[in-house]
Amino acid sequence: MASAASVMERTPVDPVKTGLPGLPIVCWFEDCRKESVPLVGGKCSSLGELINAGVRVPPGFALTTEGYRRFMADAEIDREVASLLAGVDAQDFEALEKTSVRIRAVIEAQPFSIEIEDLVAECYRKLALRCCMPAVPVAVRSSATAEDLPGASFAGQQDTYLWIRGVDELLHHMRRCISSLYTGRAIAYRANKGFGAEQVAISVGVQKMANSVTAGVMFTIHPANGDRSVIVIDSNFGFGESVVSGEVTPDHFVVNKITLDIIDRTISQKQICYTVDPKTQTAQAIEVPFERQRVQSLIDDEITELAWMGKQIEKHYGRPMDIEWAVDKDLPAGGNIFILQARPETVWSEKSQRAAASPGGSAMDYILSGFLTGKKVS
Amino acid sequence: MKFPVPHDIKAKTIPGTEGWERMYPYQYQFVTDDPVRNQYEKDTFWFYDGLHYPEPLYPFDTIWDEAWFLALSQFNNRIFMVPPVRGIDHRMINGYVYISPVPVKDPAEIGSRVPNFMERAGYYYKNWDALEAKWKIKMEATIRELEALQIPRLAQMEDLAVVTDAIGESKGYHLLKNYDDLINLGIKCWQYHFEFLNLGYAAYVFFLDFAQKLFPSIPAQRVTQMISGIDVIMYQPDEELKKLARKAIELGVDSVVTFSQEWTEVEAALKKLPKGVEWLTSLTLAREPWFNISTGTGWYHQDRSWNDQMNVPLSGIATYIGKVKQGISIDRPTEKVRAERDRITAEYRDLIEKEEDRKQFDELLGCAKTVFPYVENHLFYVEHWFHSVFWNKMREVGAIMKEHGVIEDVEDIWLLRRDEIKSALWDIVTAWATGVTPRGATTWPKEIVWRKGVMQKFKEWSAPPAIGTAPEVIQEPFTIVLWGVTNKSLADWAAVQEVKDPSSITELRGSAGSPGIVEGKARVCKTVSEVGQLQEGEILVAPTTSPSWAPAFAKIGACITDVGGVMSHAAIVCREYGLPAVVGTGHATKVIKTGMMLRVDGSTGAITIVR
Repeated sequence: MASAASVMERTPVDPVKTGLPGLPIVCWFEDCRKESVPLVGGKCSSLGELINAGVRVPPGFALTTEGYRRFMADAEIDREVASLLAGVDAQDFEALEKTSVRIRAVIEAQPFSIEIEDLVAECYRKLALRCCMPAVPVAVRSSATAEDLPGASFAGQQDTYLWIRGVDELLHHMRRCISSLYTGRAIAYRANKGFGAEQVAISVGVQKMANSVTAGVMFTIHPANGDRSVIVIDSNFGFGESVVSGEVTPDHFVVNKITLDIIDRTISQKQICYTVDPKTQTAQAIEVPFERQRVQSLIDDEITELAWMGKQIEKHYGRPMDIEWAVDKDLPAGGNIFILQARPETVWSEKSQRAAASPGGSAMDYILSGFLTGKKVS
Repeated sequence: MKFPVPHDIKAKTIPGTEGWERMYPYQYQFVTDDPVRNQYEKDTFWFYDGLHYPEPLYPFDTIWDEAWFLALSQFNNRIFMVPPVRGIDHRMINGYVYISPVPVKDPAEIGSRVPNFMERAGYYYKNWDALEAKWKIKMEATIRELEALQIPRLAQMEDLAVVTDAIGESKGYHLLKNYDDLINLGIKCWQYHFEFLNLGYAAYVFFLDFAQKLFPSIPAQRVTQMISGIDVIMYQPDEELKKLARKAIELGVDSVVTFSQEWTEVEAALKKLPKGVEWLTSLTLAREPWFNISTGTGWYHQDRSWNDQMNVPLSGIATYIGKVKQGISIDRPTEKVRAERDRITAEYRDLIEKEEDRKQFDELLGCAKTVFPYVENHLFYVEHWFHSVFWNKMREVGAIMKEHGVIEDVEDIWLLRRDEIKSALWDIVTAWATGVTPRGATTWPKEIVWRKGVMQKFKEWSAPPAIGTAPEVIQEPFTIVLWGVTNKSLADWAAVQEVKDPSSITELRGSAGSPGIVEGKARVCKTVSEVGQLQEGEILVAPTTSPSWAPAFAKIGACITDVGGVMSHAAIVCREYGLPAVVGTGHATKVIKTGMMLRVDGSTGAITIVR
């Protein structure tokens, strides 16, 4: 939250109240950089950073935190929320949930102003043109200013909506994303961390939905042992949500980061996957046909290419990364792997690594201590 | 993990082999008549040394086992005072050797050994290159001594010179003495073998250990890659074949060299041509010492050298001539190997976060690079050069025994223990001196027929990979690096024991020896003499490979071995040539049949039998 606070310091005049020009309400991903977190949140700024680093990312735009503040201010929802929150005990789970339901209902029922609606609709129209696809399907995700930052990870506490088509649907789900800022858990988390309501802001990312044949996550560090020399990939058929949510045991690959060869692979039985229902045009979980359940969901060449992309992203950020990706079924090999999200890995990066060297540091010292320790075999 | 009780295994004597124990030293037996020793044997973890002994040992061949039993143990336990380790104990069942590292259990004793170890091992590490140079001189002198050693035949009448020079000794005495000298040279050579080897392996093991601490998922093959591209003489014999191939083309005699697979025919044809004679001169120069390379590991008497079996190097030369004529480079890709080594090392090093870890990494890598040439080169001096000459000297002893009717064939000598040979020589020499018939002429041939039957039955027996009680910690570096005794390998061994029907197996696992994935047809070659059958792109399946197999690697698509780790010959050569390799599968040559379609994944160590 430090960066959000510093924005406040740099802009002593409250832009929401004064309506000063300058801060945009919507913003294309490619116009975002990693410094844009206060404006578009961690997720969207990271996507902008990736696009500008030459990484293949599906195009999209963000409703900025400025857009969020305007929305909250326009109909004075902010005041209503503040009064609803006042006096709620952060330890009282039931009270929190009740308050959350009321706040979310208020937010979701409130239309955007004409100005915001027009801006969003214009971006969406341009996005559809860029993708050569009418009513282009998009993923709508919250992009919080605190989320994704090392040390303040509450990833997954905001919602994601898949395969959204048409402006009306889009606007509706953007409001749902905003309201997800007020789940009981999120309110409690902020209260416990001492974040004030005025420090809270959210951006909403609208990203062309990869029509993914396979998707999943990738860590540029071994999540189980902190090994920085490997890239670990989990994959399943369809959208990546089945992997992210842990609903299936995905296929698991360990790739040597230095040589990009696959050093370990586990092909699991994948019973379900998320895909789009062609009739209703909505994302849903379906059962994977039995004969495909044990088929490797990502081919070796794709694994190598993906790992290479992961290595480049890590190099760009200078630290281990946690990445979501998808393979688009409509595009040819060599140009069909997309990065949907990338954020710094937080678990191992936080731990201070103990040195493995022996106190003396000479080869002889280490050999002696090695002899004395021996190798455990059982 | 449960492993069978050694004494239970031994108790199931193969019918017709009763009394086999007399073929081997008595201290190699698992015992039941000594309760204390019996309990020690039950409480100890013994694993089958399949690395050195894919087949049961002939009684005479036990000499090298005894030689390293002594040499390794003394250097660990009495010379360098490795703090927590004594030697490696040995046992035998049905001709198969089982070994076990002996720990120092008392912490106070371990502590008291530390300063001695630091001083002694430290001295060797610090002065490694200078001491290694001395070693080469000692070793070469020992080999020269061996080559000069005479095995005298016993004459009807001694030379007049014995009288006129007042020698005062007979050929009979010389035979006894020189046989002792021959054996002693062999034991001495093995003393030298272990002078550096344990320390060399320790440096390598603990570099590997440190790399795995920094990078828990680092494949061992990548660690060994960081010490690749260093010139070692083990590759020289293969280089000589390449030189001879180029020379044959240059002299225009390549079609003569390749016209037959029989060396005698090729040699006769070459002798008729002036250019052929010139080529033969080059060959003669290359043969000493480089053709003293064994066609096997050198551990068995039947592992003949290239010099003994000229068809083997001839086939290698022919392969290389074929490659050169097709315009394919036969040079070792040394520069490429070094560039990739340096890239990999630098990238791993960059990922190390702490300064002191980077320093430790550099120190250990430097140490591993220093010891590496010895770890490879000693093989040529001892297992190949010395052994090849030694086996042939023993054949001369066999010829004398045959001449005196004690054995029927020279090759029967391997069925006697070396002390039995000494006794038989006494029998021969005293009978010769006296003018009577040796007693052995009636006893040994019968015994040898029986022993041959026993050996045949032993070969058909399948040795369990591990017996006894698994320990919690292993500290002996050899056990870890050479035999790969780890948690995982123990589990694999336990699993193998449960497989009843090898034909039901469709997946095999081994160590990932060299990265890459290849599909292809299997060609099972039990010995190097079968590599001539290899077709371009086939997957070589071998018990193990050694430098004399090198030309085969110019043809194959991938390699699988029963025995060996990431430092084994097959793994190293495959990494150089960019071929996938899975090593140490345990039983690939038993499960895989020639012609099967295989998928070899040298990055994960998995082999799939496709059909």
